[in-house]
Amino acid sequence: MSDDRLGITGEVASGDRRNERIVTRVLQGCAAVTIATTVAIFAVLLDNAFSFFYGQRLHEAVLGATLDQRVGVVEFITGTRWAPYHAFPDYGVLPLINGTLLITVGAAFISIPIGTATAIYLSEYASERVRGVLKPTLEVLAGIPTIVYGFFAISFITPVFVRPVFETLGFSVSFYNAFAGMVVVGIMTIPMVSSISEDAMSSVPDDLRNAAYGLGATKQEVSTQVVLPASISGILASYILAVSRAIGETMAVTLAAGHRSQMTLNPFVEIQTMTAYMVQMARGEAALGTVEYQSLFAVGLVLFLMTLSMNLLNDWVKRRYREVYR
Amino acid sequence: MSAGTDTNELFGDVDLGWERLKGRAFLGFCIAASGFGVFALLLLLGDVASQAVTAVFVRDISVVRFLTESASRFPDEAGFYAAVVGSAWLMLFTVLLSFFVGVGTAVYLEEFAPDNRWKRLVEANLANLAGVPSVVYGLLVLAAVVNLTNPLSGERVGPILFAGAVALALLIMPIIIVSAQEALRAVPDSMRRGSRATGATNWQTVRNVVLPAALPGILTGTILALARAIGETAPLIMVGALLTARRAPEGPFDTFGAMPTMIYYWADRPEVDFHYLAALGIVVLLLILIAMNATAVYLRNKYETEY
Amino acid sequence: MSETELEIDVDREEDADEETTSDEIAVETRDLSVWYGEDRALQDIDMKVPENKVTAMIGPSGCGKSTFLRCINRMNDRIDTCRVEGEVRFRGKNVYDDDVDPVALRRRIGMVFQKPNPFPKSIRENVAYGLKIQNKTDNLDESVETALRRAALWDEVKDQLDSSGLDLSGGQQQRLCIARAIAPDPEVILMDEPASALDPVATSQIEDLIEELARDYTVMVVTHNMQQAARISDKTAVFLTGGELVEFDDTKKIFENPDDQRVEDYITGKFG
Repeated sequence: MSDDRLGITGEVASGDRRNERIVTRVLQGCAAVTIATTVAIFAVLLDNAFSFFYGQRLHEAVLGATLDQRVGVVEFITGTRWAPYHAFPDYGVLPLINGTLLITVGAAFISIPIGTATAIYLSEYASERVRGVLKPTLEVLAGIPTIVYGFFAISFITPVFVRPVFETLGFSVSFYNAFAGMVVVGIMTIPMVSSISEDAMSSVPDDLRNAAYGLGATKQEVSTQVVLPASISGILASYILAVSRAIGETMAVTLAAGHRSQMTLNPFVEIQTMTAYMVQMARGEAALGTVEYQSLFAVGLVLFLMTLSMNLLNDWVKRRYREVYR
Repeated sequence: MSAGTDTNELFGDVDLGWERLKGRAFLGFCIAASGFGVFALLLLLGDVASQAVTAVFVRDISVVRFLTESASRFPDEAGFYAAVVGSAWLMLFTVLLSFFVGVGTAVYLEEFAPDNRWKRLVEANLANLAGVPSVVYGLLVLAAVVNLTNPLSGERVGPILFAGAVALALLIMPIIIVSAQEALRAVPDSMRRGSRATGATNWQTVRNVVLPAALPGILTGTILALARAIGETAPLIMVGALLTARRAPEGPFDTFGAMPTMIYYWADRPEVDFHYLAALGIVVLLLILIAMNATAVYLRNKYETEY
Repeated sequence: MSETELEIDVDREEDADEETTSDEIAVETRDLSVWYGEDRALQDIDMKVPENKVTAMIGPSGCGKSTFLRCINRMNDRIDTCRVEGEVRFRGKNVYDDDVDPVALRRRIGMVFQKPNPFPKSIRENVAYGLKIQNKTDNLDESVETALRRAALWDEVKDQLDSSGLDLSGGQQQRLCIARAIAPDPEVILMDEPASALDPVATSQIEDLIEELARDYTVMVVTHNMQQAARISDKTAVFLTGGELVEFDDTKKIFENPDDQRVEDYITGKFG
């Protein structure tokens, strides 16, 4: 071809072109691993949870294995007694959900107000020097392993704070109690709320603050009536993430709140969360494939669906309340 | 309006006094809230430190023996050695499993992928994966690795160290990807254009120009991700890690215990003597975490380039 | 109004009875100097701003005219490195005195900014905001309507008061900001290049509005547009680079027969 003499159309760079295609394929493969992980989580949980209910894994059932109903789906979802080890076992998941929500709500009562107020202080009030100390300190709080928070709960929060204080007030407080779990989960999620909310508040344009100051607003009014509403999407996102994190939190609540599944709103008694049950089960001796063992996956599926819906809610909030200005 | 009262209002009338009080109360609340996090951190560190100090100076637990012995029924003889070795093995395989795939995904998303639905799907999925509780990754590996039948031996794969590493690698993958994406984004486009203008392909540009420039940032992010992994307990318990690490694992296919699971075991024991061991174990774990974070900060400061 | 009358008023301001001075002069500065860190932005400004008139401040960019404006209601307080010396007298009271609360001051001296900056709230809430924080909530709807009418925006938005202020066009947003500023009924309105971000049609609407506002308010407007200053203002202050007030007089005199050669050069476009 005549063009070949120019060297811009022919085979000159074909080797490099082939490399480029191969590399692209390999990198696409890497990205596919992340998708495969999500698919695998879904598949594995569904497959194994199916056997909890019907005695056969989902893929076995599809291949034609006969089902042997062990636990009813309705019984699982609406039952108020969770007693897998009992002579007459019951598999009602509500007590575990009750325990998880008790911890989550209690933790939110700590992390949301404190995290938000910290974010306001960092974004609106603090000098550069204070920020330079406070922000890394809160990052340290976020970086401490949850097992350490669990240890903190049973070695300090319960014996030095919860029991002395509330027993003086006339409550009866057991060694393992939901309250200590709420406190440590609340503390560990403060940095999530404060850092994400602060990012949102800091990105509110200064024009808006000037407008309010120009009208004679006080700093507190500017913070709560202008900055807070203008950054509401980021703030809500931080709340949802903190709640989602509290739902999935495992080691701290396992150590602090214990292993007695019950339907209760009393924060001073021993409870069991979904995650704590999973730890208890995984430590136990139940044989593979038994209904006790497979309950691990049924509870895991409920947990996964709860955190997944939190993530989806987060996406929705971000789209719904996206700030319109730049 | 008469000028006399006007001037007086600038001194602040009753109404403004109330607002000033409100403002001060609000600021006080914000400061107290900010202080609460710091206070909680100090309490936590102080609690661990005081228990560790009691362990060494009151209970006479030998630090040397703690670091050279492994788990035992007797608190006086128990040590952390096997757990530390187990964690080191875990980190080695976790980084091998997550680093290349993670950086590959980041390079794909930042440098190769056209801005289409597939790319957006991968990125949305990443955000979702980051929100999956760590205990669920443990369940995934339990079912997808540990409970499988080994085709060579015909036996269950079992709770091997490699399975723990897979769980941790999947867990920190989103963190590595996102931090690597940030490092890649920080490389200015002018460098890419310069390379492309000499006739380099996209991959040649990435390999020779972009990746070397982004490497310090990528390494920093990876170390921070490993610092997250090394303290993770729940996924290891799910895959069946030994809570009492009596001997160090000898390879990826051996059973294993790790620092956080050992700490959990000690902390969960009713005997208070074991709690002191847990405190000592936490001190070791926190010191390792500090070292990892210091390395990350050092790397970032040393190689930080202003473009 | 002659210079001599003003001088007499000033001589009397030390007296306890300040009522006579306030009738003529809304804002007065004395030896006002401003630094940003080491950089001096304003040099010894002496100026007397008459009441119920439009006073324009013009000059090349960086001459300190916006800094001057922000000194009047102490918006400069928000900048850490900013240091103010001298006095700004509002109704005879130095606003930099220790006992003056900038929050109270700003409720008397409203401000409109260069870039329209409505809150991400409804139109109604935007206008009502200043009224609410100042507890002027009697007849809120009526006050909102009055402010919007005065800002010549009512007819355009009366059917969509609950839609977001951000949905309006740039010119409408700026008039909304003016409505927001005048709703709590301040005595002075500061405007920092209020039309510079707008198209010519919106600009002329804003200019008409400023002339209208001067009936009820003292208006101080910063602009880099000399024609605009000539069109809308009664008095004009010319600042030149370095933060110096070169000449301050009736607008007609400044544009037709300035005393200072530099002002004439600037007006005629010889520099700046």
